[in-house]
Formats: sequence, structure tokens, C-alpha cells
Amino acid sequence: MITKTVPSATDTVRLYRTLRYIRRVEEEIARIYPSDKIKSPVHLSIGQEAIAVGACDPLMSEDFVSASYRGHAAYLAKGGDLKKMMAELYGKKDGCAGGKAGSMHLIDMPNNVLGMSAVVGTTIPVAAGFALSLKRKAEGNVIVAFMGDGATEEGCFGETLNFSSLHKLPILFVCENNDYAIHTPSSKRWATDRLCERVATYGMPAVRIEDGDVLAIREAATRHIDNMRNGGGPAFLECATYRWREHVGPGEDYESGYRDRNELAAWIEKDQVPRLGGMLSTDEREAIDAEIESTITEAIAFAENSHFPDTNQLMAHVYAE
Amino acid sequence: MQNKSTHSDRSLAYVDALREGMEQEMADDPQVFVFGLDVDDHKAIQGSTKGLLERFGPERVFGTPLSEDAMTGVAIGAAMAGMRPIHVHIRMDFMMLAMNQLVNIGAKAHYMYGGQVKVPLVVRSMIGKSWGQGAQHSQGLHSLFMHIPGLKVVAPSNAYDAKGTMIAAIRDNNPVIFVEHRLLYYTEAPVPEESYVVELGKGRVCREGDDITIVGISNMLMEALRAQEILQDAKVSAEVVDPITLHPMDIDTICESIEKTGRLLIVDNAWTRCGASAEIAAQVAERFGGQRAIPIKRMGFADTPCPTTPALEDVFYANPVTIAKAAHTMVHPEDDGWTPNPEKATLSYQSQFKGPF
Ligand SMILES: Cc1ncc(C[n+]2csc(CCOP(=O)(O)OP(=O)(O)O)c2C)c(N)n1
Ligand SMILES: [Mg+2]
Repeated sequence: MITKTVPSATDTVRLYRTLRYIRRVEEEIARIYPSDKIKSPVHLSIGQEAIAVGACDPLMSEDFVSASYRGHAAYLAKGGDLKKMMAELYGKKDGCAGGKAGSMHLIDMPNNVLGMSAVVGTTIPVAAGFALSLKRKAEGNVIVAFMGDGATEEGCFGETLNFSSLHKLPILFVCENNDYAIHTPSSKRWATDRLCERVATYGMPAVRIEDGDVLAIREAATRHIDNMRNGGGPAFLECATYRWREHVGPGEDYESGYRDRNELAAWIEKDQVPRLGGMLSTDEREAIDAEIESTITEAIAFAENSHFPDTNQLMAHVYAE
Repeated sequence: MQNKSTHSDRSLAYVDALREGMEQEMADDPQVFVFGLDVDDHKAIQGSTKGLLERFGPERVFGTPLSEDAMTGVAIGAAMAGMRPIHVHIRMDFMMLAMNQLVNIGAKAHYMYGGQVKVPLVVRSMIGKSWGQGAQHSQGLHSLFMHIPGLKVVAPSNAYDAKGTMIAAIRDNNPVIFVEHRLLYYTEAPVPEESYVVELGKGRVCREGDDITIVGISNMLMEALRAQEILQDAKVSAEVVDPITLHPMDIDTICESIEKTGRLLIVDNAWTRCGASAEIAAQVAERFGGQRAIPIKRMGFADTPCPTTPALEDVFYANPVTIAKAAHTMVHPEDDGWTPNPEKATLSYQSQFKGPF
């Protein structure tokens, strides 16, 4: 039985560090954005970090993640390279895709972060394809496939669930249910909200986690992933969450009328960053925070100092050698 | 009925012209309805569906789940049943999820079922550009649809045509793929207040000239007009033609222009291979074949997916300078060192565009 057990004292430190790291990276992106140095649509995960952090925590470096255009959190939680991410957002040649991806198509293959897609739902079956190959390799590795609630409405979602269950693929589907697809609440898109029941009929465990509790998400992910490493087949986690910022861009959008700032207030109370931070001593927390700030400062400097790609790069990579 | 009133004192933005065209048809015909992702939110597809929900209510203006494939089938079924749906996609790239229904059912139902049903459907979508729209939010895929018998494809380049072709598309008894461009949305033109039709399948000479014919498609028509101005500095007189409808294509108007100029440059807002520009070039070659040698050149996207970084995006698209240079070289092959004044290069409406969307 392959499992990953880590002493729980360090769990808190590790989870807090990753939560805070992602939060601060995205806050910095939002701060830089008005300077127009980042000419890329950014879909921030601020407020939703606990899902990526909790679900990626049980992963080993050989495991994979796949995510949507709202993918900064999954990229960083899996250990994606921050310098390359920042340079990519700046459109620079040292970016993870040399400036061809921008924020919406981040990728870091050395760290097993699959390329993201701006067409909703498209990465779900692609992740299952990776899962198929992981199953053949039989080394106990898995993939976590993140998606939004809106993505579950695309045909390929149900089609992929069926195939994955049929073939007992080692894939953990994680739905980041922030209740909105752009500005439209799920009540205007779903005939019922019984998503987990729908998924369960494909023959896989499907669990909803209500409060964005990073420990609960981590616990559920660990359980299903351990099972999957031993041939148990796919599982589905629906994690309720809330997008604090606008759908795309650095700002807030509570004045536009489609949602109420009170919704945010309830989620700020459940924010996992201060919650986990509160479990640490002040000294411990401050040391972590300082380390995070210097990592981010370094990454921004790296992006600023990197050059734009040479125009001869336009034709590179149309076809593989 | 065509171009009944080309003159109007009122200047209107492309986006408002689209909206007005839909609104007038909805007022005239209760069978017309608008649906698609986010048509009913406060952003209203960059404003192009603004006010329709308030005026016509949620039965005729409604958002959908993220289910483009099925929603396209629903649109086709409703059209067969006698309704006149307008299905909206905020990006043309998302129409790839609608392909099966459009190509295998929508386009062929009238023929395949021996004329017993028709599919009066309009599918609106927008081509994106700039601010890192990148590989999946900027594709001009109109030629895929031009390939399919039974579909019509229209790509208006200005507010006047946007309204007139929208009304024509809604009244048409066939599926019409209606191609918009994000950067055209705030460009203005004189637009009459009353309802009018710009007939599908008719192009227009936008600027008269003698030395070369430049055909510009969608947003590239605007770039071609700027190139035409730049070329005047070099005493090259370009005639600029807007096909407006891509299928059926008004090849006569293009060929009449070529009769006069003897040269053809086609600038598309898409790739050239198997594209609208290839189709125009082929039809022109067939028309003049054996009678007259016509130099033809095509310009379009670089033969790559669209990169997000501005450093590469700048060389991905044709622009007024590259268009003017290419036209100049065609007219004066002996002198291809001419370079236009870079000040004139940037189109003001393009440099104004700022993201995220
Ligand atoms: C196939 C497709 N249709 C429509 C869109 C436009 N779009 C971009 S994001 C989005 C909403 C997605 O919502 P959800 O899956 O819940 O993810 P979230 O943005 O909330 O993380 C839509 C409709 C798209 N990118 N792709
Ligand atoms: Mg959502």
C-alpha cells in the first residue's frame, strides 16, 4: 500500500505556507496589474486557495495536476515554478511557455503541472488520458483534475466520468464550486444542485465539502488518492468555495449587482489563511511570511528583468520535431 | 430594399448597431429570441444584448448552462419548429463545441429532409484580439463554416453593415454564421434608425482606386482602409472592397474591381490556408484564367496558433504597414524598399483597447 504520511505538526506549517504563498502571489498580481505589465486576462483564485492546497497536499512529485484558466493556485500548490509563472504573465521569454501561454494556459511539465485551457471543460478528458497512461505504468501515481462548477455542464464532463469509472482510472476530480460561472449563479444553470448524486451514478465515490475547510479537503483527498494508488478507481470531490474578486481581472465586482457583498463576508469568516496561521506561533508565522515575501519579490524581479521573446520564436513549436 | 438608406446623420457604434438590429427584429417578430451563455448578465456580451432582457423578458432573452453542443441542437430544433433563434457565443473559439450540430444537422436538414424543414438560425460569435487573448480566444474560424453547403457566413466590418446584415440574417430561412470582431465593437458609422437590410451575398467597394484591389475581411477591412491612406503617400491608388458576406461570396464585385486595377491583395482575419482568402483567390483565378494574368497575394494570421505575448502577437497579425508595403510591392515590384511612415501605422481604435477583456 503506497501512502504518504507526514507528521501532523508539520502539516499545519506546510498547509499554511502554501495557502499564504498562493494568496500573496495573487495579491501581488492584482497590485501589478494596473501597470499594464501583465497583458493577459487573469482569473484569480483569491478565496479559493484551500481547495488546491488541500487536494494537492497528498500528492507526490510524480503525480499530476490539471486545471482550468483559473489555475494559478493549482500550479503553485503542485510546486510549479513561480519565476516562470510570473515571467509568463509578463509575456517574457523565460516564462513557462516562453510567452505563448499567458495566465490562462500555464504549464510546468517538470513539476507535472499539465497545460491549462481557456475553453471550459477541455482539460477534463485530457486529464483522464494522463490517468490512462498512469494506470498502464502501474507505479501508483494519480492525477488531480480541477474544474469549475460551470465545467460540469459540458458534455465532456459526464463522458469523462463514465470512461474513467469504466476503466478504474487513477483520477481525482475536484470541482471548485464557487457557485458562479462568470456572473450566473448555478441556480440559473442547474435544474438541481445534487451534483454529487449525479456523479455517483457513474460508479465512483462523490463527496461534497461545505466550508472550504482545508483540513477536510486534504483528508478526503488523501483517503481517495490512497485508494486510487491501489487500483480503487476515480473519485469526485465537490468543494464549495467563493471567488472574492471579479471573474477576470484584478478587482472586485460587488457593485455590479449580480451578487451581494454579504456573500463574501460569510466566506471571509471561513478564510483558511488566517485560520491555519492562527494555529502557529507568531514567530513561526512571521518567519514563513518573510520567506514568502522574499520568494515573491525575487520572482517579480525575475519577470521584470527577463526579455521579451525574439520574433523568430513566433514560428517555433508549431510542429514537434 | 437593399441599402435603402445609406445616409444617416446618426453615428452609432458597431455594438449598438448589432443590438438595434436584433431589437427591431424582436419587436417585429415574436418568434425571434436570443439565448446563449451570459446574454442576460449585466455585461450583456460587451453590451450587444443590453436592454433586450428588460424589453422582451426572460422567455425571449436567456442565458444557458455551459453546454454549447446541446444548446446548438436546441437552437436548431426550435428553428425547425418555427422559431427564429439567435444563439450567441462570446468567442468564435467556443463554436468548436457547436460544430457537430451545425455541420451534421443544421446545415443539411433542409436538403437531407427533402425541403420539409428549414433552420432559420443565427449564430453570433466574436473574434477576439490582443491583451493576451492567445491561442484559444482569438481565432477567426469562418472558413470552416464557409466550407459547408447550407450555411451562410457573414462578417460585417462596420456598424452600418452590422445592423443591416443582422436583420437580413434573422429574416433568412437558413443557418447564418454571424462573425463579429471584438475590436470593431466601438467603431462608429452612420446608421439609420429605421430597420433596413444589407442583403446577404452582396459586397461593396469602400474606396475607389486604380492600381490595386485590396479585399479586407472583418477587422482587416479597417486595417486595409488605413493601408489605403498610407499608400496615398506613395501615390499608389488602392481600391478597397468589403465582401461583407463570405458565403455566398459576391465575387462579381471583386472581379469588377480587378478588371480595373489588375491586381489583388486579400487580407483576412484568419489563416490563409484553405481560408476565405484562398477561396477568393481561387474564384478570381478561375474567372480570369486564360484571359489575363492577375497578380494575387494573400495575407492573414501567421501560420501558427496565436501567441499571447505582445512581442509575438505584433508579428502574428497583418497591420496597415505590412498591408501597405505588400500592396506597394505588388504595384511597384521594381521598388520594394518603400517603407511607410510609422506614425501612421497604428490604428487608434486598436491602441485604445485595454484588457482584461
Ligand atoms: C466552452 C466555453 N464556453 C464558454 C466560455 C466562456 N467562459 C469562460 S469562464 C466561464 C465560466 C466558467 O465557470 P466555472 O466552470 O464555474 O469556473 P470559474 O470561472 O467559476 O472558476 C465561461 C462561461 C469558455 N471559456 N469556454
Ligand atoms: Mg464557478
